Parts: sequence; C-alpha cells; structure tokens
Amino acid sequence: MKRITTWILSTITVVVLMFGYHTSTSSTLASGAGNPPVISSGTTAGGSSGSGTSGSGTSGSGTSGSSGSGSGSSGSTSSTSSAKKSTTATGDVAQTQWGPVQVELTVSGGKITDVSVLQYPSGNGQDAQINGYALPVLIQETLDQQSASIDMVSGATVTSVGYLQSLQSALDQAGL
Amino acid sequence: MTGTAAPVRRRVEQVMGLPISLALRGRHDTGPEADQAWAAVLSDLREADRVFSPWRADSFVSRLDRGEVRAADGPPEVREVLAIGERARRESGGAFDVVRDGRLDPSGVVKGWAVERAARHLRALDDTDFCLSAGGDMVVHVATSDRPEWRIGIEDATDPLRTVAVVSLRDGAVATSGLAHRGAHVVDARTGRPPRRLTSVTVVAANLTDADVDATTALALDADAPRWLATHRPGRPAYLQWTDGTTTRLPG
Repeated sequence: MKRITTWILSTITVVVLMFGYHTSTSSTLASGAGNPPVISSGTTAGGSSGSGTSGSGTSGSGTSGSSGSGSGSSGSTSSTSSAKKSTTATGDVAQTQWGPVQVELTVSGGKITDVSVLQYPSGNGQDAQINGYALPVLIQETLDQQSASIDMVSGATVTSVGYLQSLQSALDQAGL
Repeated sequence: MTGTAAPVRRRVEQVMGLPISLALRGRHDTGPEADQAWAAVLSDLREADRVFSPWRADSFVSRLDRGEVRAADGPPEVREVLAIGERARRESGGAFDVVRDGRLDPSGVVKGWAVERAARHLRALDDTDFCLSAGGDMVVHVATSDRPEWRIGIEDATDPLRTVAVVSLRDGAVATSGLAHRGAHVVDARTGRPPRRLTSVTVVAANLTDADVDATTALALDADAPRWLATHRPGRPAYLQWTDGTTTRLPG
C-alpha cells in the first residue's frame, strides 16, 4: 500500500510540474474583484467557534426522528381524501438556523408533485454568513512545487471504487 | 515540507455510500476528544441518511413520498431541507429541483447540508483545525491565525489522480459537482438532460449547504452556468471545467 501511495504521490509531483508551465493568466489575482477585505474575519471565525453560529442552533433536533411532537398540531392538510385528486399538506413553521421555514407539499396519487415554501428566511441571513468567512479566496490555476502539499481534494462524488483510485484516497492512506 | 507545518492526522469512514474523510491539525488532532467528535460526526451523517435517503424504503423521505406521512409529522430538518431545495429551484429557474418525475429526492440538498451540520462537532474542538470531506465536498476551518489555510486541490474532471487548481481557505466550504465518476446523475430538471459542455463545477462558499447546491445547480445549467453564477452568486468563487478542456474561473 505504501508503495502505491508513493507512486501516486510521485505521479502527482510530475503532474504538478507539468502544470507549473501552464501559467496562463493566473497572475490576475482572483481576489482583486472588489471583495470586502474582511481582514478580521479569520479571527472572528476562529474565536467564535463556540458561539453557536450555524449548525448548533438546530443541533438538538437531530434526535427528533421520533418527535415533531410539541408543535405538531398545526400541521394540516387541506386535503380531500379521494385518491386521484391532489392533496396539499402544510407543515408547521420550523425554526431553522436561517430563520422560520414553512413548507407545503402537493401529493398526487401517493407521489409528491410539488414542494412550495410558504415562509422562508430572507437572503440576509446568508449574506451575513458570507461576511463571516475569510476573504479573499484565491483559486490558483497553476501548481508550483509548493502546491504539491494539498490537504484535501474536491471532486465529483465518487463511488467506492472511484474513491480507491483517487488522489483523495492516496492522501487518506498516506495519513494513516 | 515546511518545518513549521502542524502535522495533519487523517481518518476515513464510509457513510451514505460515500467516503467521509477528515483531516485534523492542532491540539486535538488525535486523542479522545477527536475520537468523540468524529464519532458524533458519523452518527449525525447516519441519522441524516436514515431520515432522508430515497433509497431506504423506511426513511422518512420515502414514506413522505409514498404519502404515508406528512412533512409536519417529521423532524423539522425535513422542512428545512425542503425549503432549501425550494429556494434553489426558484433561484435556478427550475433547473434544480428536489422533485423529479414526481418523486421526492432531496439528495442534492442533503449531502452538503448534513455535512455542514455535522461539522459543528469539530468546530467545538478547542484550538483544532479541520477539513471534513464527504465524497469531495468539504467544510474547512482553521482555529488560529498562526496556522496556514487548508489547501484544497480541485480534481481534474478527466483524471481523478490530477488536480487542476488549488483553493486556499481558512473558513468555509468547497463543493464540486461533476460527471466524472458517476455518470450523468445531474440533469437539468426542466429538460431531464445532463450537461453537455460542462464537466465539473467547483464553488466556494461560507457554508457547504450553499456551495453544494450552487455547484449542482451550475452543472445542471451547463453553458449558462457562468452567467448564472455571476448574476445570482456574486462573491462566491467558482471554477468550471468544460468538455473541450478549457476552464473558467470566477473570482467571486
């Protein structure tokens, strides 16, 4: 296994070197385009990790496979039970990490044919989050030698077979 | 290798049919705290699979699809995910849709959402950096300014052993949608057709829920993706690979 890893990694180095020549226009710093220089945000994000920014608000509910309970009353159907007609079902207002959400489903012949949201948070919550991560983000197209040190690989969802043949797998193996 | 770099400790596990890879740096890169956080992450993802998988006949989503239960009867997460899907449908003009051929399949939302949510267990690790990836979509975090950003390679859509670009990121998420390893799973929901010109889209965003949905949407939009990203998602860096071998970089 080690050997394979080494081989793969050396292949990467070669690839990296090849791409090193393919400089193109990468010197145009991607960050130039008017990103607010939120210099402090890195610190903010680091410092605030405990402060329940995103996921934690909804965390408790992970266990709620059973529940939905307390608020369940108002979840209503404006149905008419006949099988051929379509039925709409309106859910309760759920408090999510972005704000209140209410969904309406249309079911026809036992299948969901439409989902609409009666209430969802405005985009503002998201905008606020965007400011919370450290800009500028730089996507570099050229890979110099330093770029050989890649921590993770972002790629299309892999099957388990595909994974075993991927660079990510090599990285994971190398780290074990 | 630079001498100052903190060592990276890695773990891998298969959940939801996906390899879940974790890289940790800093105080709790190993040890009981790391073990506990990792276990909690995996537990979260398995729970999400139990609730949302359209391939499990007994999942809440499958029962919802068969009309056996109502959305109101389920956990609030179901409504949250459906709402995200609905918002993506509206914003994409219908190219992204959790309903396809009359069947409910929120998978396009669930992965990013579930991983983003599960990552909270890692954020709770004091003075510890993490990079949590589910099949190539990841959440990254650097806890302290004296450690470098994570370096995320963007996979070559035509060769899983190559990368074509690098994203350096301290906090946020990177998602890639492509056709490389799984055939034509992404289609434009309005036409049912997979993209012809676009082979891969990578989006960087503050959270993985958004990055994942945006990458999938952009891939479904095919040739229209750059315009859509530029108008609907200004501020989100993106990297597109085309069938003819060219690439497009959107600065965000």
